[in-house]
Amino acid sequence: MKIGLFIPCYVDAVYPEVGVASYKLLKHLGLDVSYPDGQTCCGQPMANAGFEKQAIPLAEKFEDKFKGFDYIVAPSVSCTAFVRLNYPRLLDHECVTAQKAMDVVEFLHDVVKVKQTLGTFPHKVSLHNSCHGVRELGLSSPSEMHVEKFNKIKDLLNLVEGIQVVEPERPDECCGFGGMFSVEETAISAQMGKDKLERHISTGAEYVTGPDCSCLMHMAGIARKQGLKMEFKHVVEILASGL
Amino acid sequence: MSTQHSKAAKEFLKNQKYAKWHDATFWAVRSKRDTMAQGLAEWEQLREKASAIKRHTITHLDEYLDQFATNAEKNGVIVHWAKDAHEFNEIVYGILKNHDVKKLVKSKSMLTEECEMNPYLESKGIEVVETDLGERIIQLKGQKPSHIVMPAIHLNHDDVGELFEEKGISTEKGNHDPTYLTYMARLSLRNEFLTADAGMTGANFGIAETGDIVVCTNEGNADMSTSCPNLHIAAIGLEKVIPNYECLAVFQRMLCRAGTGQPTTTYTSHFRKARVLTTPTSPSKEGNRGEMHIVLVDNGRSEWIGNPEHWEVLKCIRCGSCMNTCPVYRRSGGYSYSYFIPGPVGINLGMLRDPKQHSGNVSACSLCLSCQTVCPVKIDLGDQVYKWRQQLDDFGTANPEKKFMCKGMDLLFGSPALYKTATAISPLANIVPRFLMNSSLNPWAEGHEMMKFPKRPFHSIVKDLEK
Repeated sequence: MKIGLFIPCYVDAVYPEVGVASYKLLKHLGLDVSYPDGQTCCGQPMANAGFEKQAIPLAEKFEDKFKGFDYIVAPSVSCTAFVRLNYPRLLDHECVTAQKAMDVVEFLHDVVKVKQTLGTFPHKVSLHNSCHGVRELGLSSPSEMHVEKFNKIKDLLNLVEGIQVVEPERPDECCGFGGMFSVEETAISAQMGKDKLERHISTGAEYVTGPDCSCLMHMAGIARKQGLKMEFKHVVEILASGL
Repeated sequence: MSTQHSKAAKEFLKNQKYAKWHDATFWAVRSKRDTMAQGLAEWEQLREKASAIKRHTITHLDEYLDQFATNAEKNGVIVHWAKDAHEFNEIVYGILKNHDVKKLVKSKSMLTEECEMNPYLESKGIEVVETDLGERIIQLKGQKPSHIVMPAIHLNHDDVGELFEEKGISTEKGNHDPTYLTYMARLSLRNEFLTADAGMTGANFGIAETGDIVVCTNEGNADMSTSCPNLHIAAIGLEKVIPNYECLAVFQRMLCRAGTGQPTTTYTSHFRKARVLTTPTSPSKEGNRGEMHIVLVDNGRSEWIGNPEHWEVLKCIRCGSCMNTCPVYRRSGGYSYSYFIPGPVGINLGMLRDPKQHSGNVSACSLCLSCQTVCPVKIDLGDQVYKWRQQLDDFGTANPEKKFMCKGMDLLFGSPALYKTATAISPLANIVPRFLMNSSLNPWAEGHEMMKFPKRPFHSIVKDLEK
């Protein structure tokens, strides 16, 4: 099973430690993972802003770079969802990468089916269920739907030693990042982030963790601006903690 | 990089206390809706079924409209067809004029808002009285609805108390008790019902198989509007027609659960034919009936059916649940949108109506997709907003700065070499003075502290890991 590690642009540039944790975790599990050089961006930022056509050359590059792998694994739900749901429509030929693209959480949960104890993280963490993880990739049951309750992120985090996982009130309400939304609707975006952050803080957790760095980046920026005390870590950083 | 909506939203959020109240109020409605949805084991099946019925009906609308109109006429109802808002207003005015109507009482109808019927009739000298309490309040206040199901939700009991005092509806100065105010509104409306010459209703559903219209209210005002005057006019959008009573049963179970979190509306009124007239002196006789008119309104709908990306918006049953769940609507209010229907479905309907005029609402979405996960008829509301964004450039309403940013990203990400150079120098951002980073030139900095860039990007670090 050949795994291509996809590290989205902003994770690469701003959160390399999340890339490192993903790489180390997959290696730790004995998996054949490699990082194809020359990756940039999946095209989601332009597409969500209304310039989907500009994502097409990036989709072509992505397809070319990753088509030889059995799985393409990324520590980002929104980038994964963009590839999976939009690439087949954007490309004017058959797309082979869309179905292979998986977020690291669903890959570990559904494909590797990890059951063994992972890292050690003796802290209380508040789980941030990112919208595209919930409603596009199905990492957890959406609060809107009448379906059996499940949460794959929580399942994985519970494999970490010493951890206490809690969820905020309104567990899957949007934090307000939304890519270009955060610079176009600055006031609403910041308000949503502030509200979300307050709900995370109310749980008494020391950390907020989630499957998407963009939500965490947004809330961290607001926390620092408002002088609110909260630490943020991507799920893989916690899973790989101490490994 | 602001839009019409973002500017209005910023104003709305200045009153933090009110904004918090607004958010909490609608979240409470969403929570009540969740309780209802969780209470029905077949909820998700019902959504699927409701969507399928609507898809089927809308794609066979010619047949069902014909059947509906034929059956309504068999019941003695006079059926009219209006191609647009202007024709609708003229038809209604024509009927009212023929009957020498001076006063029209009406129950809630978003279609009449859409067609701006009230001001048209008023300009012709006809008094129009809204009888849904929320609609009555905003009519007296000279406002538009801020929500399609709860049109006066933006006002509190003090606002209403003061308004009722000013308009002479309540007599006890300073008594803003909701029960008292409702009672006084009831007295005032009783008088309007009794002195009106005609009653108008909208319709939540038209039943093709029987020619019936079905109106759901919590106040019984549709029944009062049609039980006192002899003339009943029903205004109904083309897309409201459904095949039969089995289909109605699906929607009837969902509409109110989704909209207000109640198992059903207090009144679900079925109108089939003009009612038998009775007066104290002449008991009812079958032959002695009033008049019932149904006006079927197109006003763009037949064109929207032909829009391959957006026709499914016509499935909407106007429950309002997409607004209640929308984190943007809850934090910006109905008036921050330029179209008279706000929230996710309003963004889409506004774009269908006039994309140039309503492009400023398309930014009001973080693409969280809660709307389409809530929607009882499974309209892909968020995905449709995404699709509208792709077209803004063609409409000439795309934001030039945003376009420029995207072009820049395209250039940067399109070339791995350039990308590597740029990320190699990104730690520079850490030493750029904060006052520059936090300037108005940087919209991210309005709400956020800038992120710290690491010394090395992952694509450089990984080379060491792979060794």
